[in-house]
Amino acid sequence: MPKDSGIGASSKRREDVRFLTGAGNYTDDINVHGQAYVHFLRSDIAHGRIKSIDTSAAEGMPGVVKVFTGKDFEGVGGIPCGWEVTDKHGAPMQEPAHPILAQGKVRHVGDPIAAVVADSLEQARDAAEAIDVDIEELPAVMNMKAAAQDGSTLVHDDLKNNICYDWQLGEADDAKVNEVFANAAHVTTLDLVNNRLVANPMEPRVAVAEYSRGTEDYTLYTTSQNPHVIRLLMCAFVLGLPEHKVRVVAPDVGGGFGTKIFHYAEEAFCTFAAKACNRPVKWSASRSEAFMSDAHGRDHVSTIELALDADSNFVGLRTNTYANLGAYLSTFSSSVPTWLHGTLMAGNYKTPVIQVNVKAMFTNTVPVDAYRGAGRPEATYQLERVVDKAARELGVDPIVLRRQNFVTEFPYDTPVALTYDTGDYNGTMDKLESAADLAGFAARRSASEANGKLRGLGINCYIEACGIAPSNIVGMLGARAGLYDAATVRVNATGSISVMVGAHSHGQGHETAFPQVVADMIGIDESMIEIVHGDTSKIPFGMGTYGSRSLAVCGSAMVKATEKVIDKAKKIAAHLLEASEADIELKDGQFSVAGTDKSVAWGDVTLTAYVPHNYPLEVEPGLEETAFYDPANFTFPAGAYACEVEVDPDTGQVTIEKFTAADDFGNIVNPMIVDGQVHGGIGQGIGQALLENCAYDENGQLLSASFMDYAMPRADDVPFYSVDHSSQTPCTHNPLGVKGCGEAGAIGSPPAVVNAVLDALNSGGKAIDHIDMPVSPSRVWAAMNG
Amino acid sequence: MTQVSMTVNGKSVSGDVEGRTLLSSFLREHLSLTGTHVGCDTAQCGACVVHVNGEAVKSCNMLALEADGSDVGTIEGQANEDGSLNVIQQAFQDHHGLQCGFCTPGMVMSTAALLKDNPRPTEAEIRKYLEGNLCRCTGYHNIVKSIMAASGQDASSIAAE
Repeated sequence: MPKDSGIGASSKRREDVRFLTGAGNYTDDINVHGQAYVHFLRSDIAHGRIKSIDTSAAEGMPGVVKVFTGKDFEGVGGIPCGWEVTDKHGAPMQEPAHPILAQGKVRHVGDPIAAVVADSLEQARDAAEAIDVDIEELPAVMNMKAAAQDGSTLVHDDLKNNICYDWQLGEADDAKVNEVFANAAHVTTLDLVNNRLVANPMEPRVAVAEYSRGTEDYTLYTTSQNPHVIRLLMCAFVLGLPEHKVRVVAPDVGGGFGTKIFHYAEEAFCTFAAKACNRPVKWSASRSEAFMSDAHGRDHVSTIELALDADSNFVGLRTNTYANLGAYLSTFSSSVPTWLHGTLMAGNYKTPVIQVNVKAMFTNTVPVDAYRGAGRPEATYQLERVVDKAARELGVDPIVLRRQNFVTEFPYDTPVALTYDTGDYNGTMDKLESAADLAGFAARRSASEANGKLRGLGINCYIEACGIAPSNIVGMLGARAGLYDAATVRVNATGSISVMVGAHSHGQGHETAFPQVVADMIGIDESMIEIVHGDTSKIPFGMGTYGSRSLAVCGSAMVKATEKVIDKAKKIAAHLLEASEADIELKDGQFSVAGTDKSVAWGDVTLTAYVPHNYPLEVEPGLEETAFYDPANFTFPAGAYACEVEVDPDTGQVTIEKFTAADDFGNIVNPMIVDGQVHGGIGQGIGQALLENCAYDENGQLLSASFMDYAMPRADDVPFYSVDHSSQTPCTHNPLGVKGCGEAGAIGSPPAVVNAVLDALNSGGKAIDHIDMPVSPSRVWAAMNG
Repeated sequence: MTQVSMTVNGKSVSGDVEGRTLLSSFLREHLSLTGTHVGCDTAQCGACVVHVNGEAVKSCNMLALEADGSDVGTIEGQANEDGSLNVIQQAFQDHHGLQCGFCTPGMVMSTAALLKDNPRPTEAEIRKYLEGNLCRCTGYHNIVKSIMAASGQDASSIAAE
């Protein structure tokens, strides 16, 4: 029987009511009395030297408050990078300056050159058009392999080359790796591109900042997944402000998908300008501005080689990747192609020797950083594509080949630095085979063929490392932050509870799911518990929401804080019941003395905590506890996906006919929300596989800068999905046994789709090894007719 | 500045706008009806859909002056008179048809327009109709399911769950 409340129940989302009635409070809905508006003048060329900027005409235009250029930010810090990667020779990565407004050079289309603050947005826009900028255009650095050559034009003149780092993980002895490949019975090699994407949450970024001369306090409202991270980075590295004088609020946020993790120049600019102009200022991105200023995702070019022995066991894996970081280092950009990518190259398989090589490149493009999955989709795509190709080359069933090489014993130490605590990859594959009705595929293929269509089945497995992360480990790997989280459980006198959390909900449903946990622990109704998030003046210092971490890390902090509350409440109950604390049990909101009928209700104990007339002298009044939780390890969600496509051989059009996901997320708090998270991830993964591509021309012009020319998935591009998460191996090291579900769909689906298309084409007699994403009709048609 | 007058959610309103002021800006900035969202500049995303004289309209693609004298409905006017969710809104909550909520007002307004013309749309008709409404969170699964439920069709019969 499905539960109707608490852990395991599909409680309906309480936040929906405000979103469904137009009563949400998104950043662009916030207007501060007397606010002025910001418009950024952005570079329309990819690379150039700024010769002069003349703002005099703009300054005289109606409504203009002030015009800012890079000169106004001399002596002010730049946007910092939060992760220092050490290259394979032991040297730190090259780390260029990232000014708030361009200084000396522009380095990508969209790089902000100047900003106008005016009484109205229209006046700010009009004045920006009157700014005269003289830029000497330089050759754009666009091709990563060419950019790595000596003598290439430099994106940053003060760096020795365009290579941020040349990094390696796994087997460092090249001779040993060469020997594995030389002795292999079969080697499969694949060149592939992981296409550049734009996250495109439906809400564009917005920042509203105000400054109080009276108190010298700042408030920044911003579209962020992690308000404390923004406050820390902006105060400590950019503006040099004391944290206690700065409040950062991330109210309702309309989707993030990673791109709202990062500290952006516009946030620091608005905070700076609010004081400089002595007026609140507001900036709201247009969608085109989002395309040229939100950090992009993916953009890897890789060669992967898989070595197998005569029995089709994986014996070696080697990959060489060029990873595009864009023009500047965004907040976590450096960690994505390295510690979030190389560490996942073992996948679900017990390959004994793995070597991962990554050259991270500066180019004249928008900075690239984490996007849903962040490094893990890139690893999974490489691995699962090469495994699929190997199966085809060897004439082995792709499921059999995968099963044969699965890791089956846990804990498992991979050759690429991770320890998988638990999992059951055969278990999820079993679920997939049944849920996807793989036995019926042959009949479905025949039916498609009778209609003149080719039908393909694509299988994919994935593992991801979530719940980022143990602070001591990531610190050793270069993280400049701890990655714990925090929660405060404040029990009110009448027994209701406010839980202040460091995680931020921007679609994940924390306001519903988190109370289910606390309600279960105490035995009270979910409606008595409210989650407070997104405001640094209200919540304890937490690291926010990304990397499928909220429940695994912040949820664990919430459990710890609730346990402290219960421990204290038991002391009070013991006093009221004149019993020993050790004999007190809490069930269904009643404290009772074991083996007796004596009890006192939750609400009586909480009232006593705040009206402590009859109270134990050694216990402090009040009932409020905080816990910080630093995980002992990553969590390792894993699963198996199946995609069935039809390909129209006349047009190359691919349609997704059936998509099935079998995931192991460990324990599940709200199955409805988990299903929704997987659906959304699959939708984005199908988008990457079939539709989306952030395109530049050779001069660095951004060709896809609106929804007119960047193909977002629409409702008629996707099918209903079948999602199964009944195979569960609970995480062994967090109190809820949860693993994280937010990114799985986006990680697991692109290779499944591409594998399916290739299966379809090969079933039609075409020996086609690979088509790069997005697998558009023109690419499919060209592959079939090439 | 030109004066514009219209009925919004049954109330008469007026304001002074520039010729270039969009209907979405008039609703959001002048009337503080911030439930209507703007997610793109090119009339692609549909977060700004409102009803003008009963028709679904992208309010970011219409000048406020064009709506002069019109009867405009926004998400703020959709709930039942007692404040409870209407059938469409309730179906979206029941079937988890929203996550971040940003596209949701447009989805609800478009659904209302769809069901007015086609009270029992098929899955294919729903997906086709939603071409002008982007959602980045849900993969559309639960939105389509919500609309089927809102139109009185048995959403539980959808095998994929």
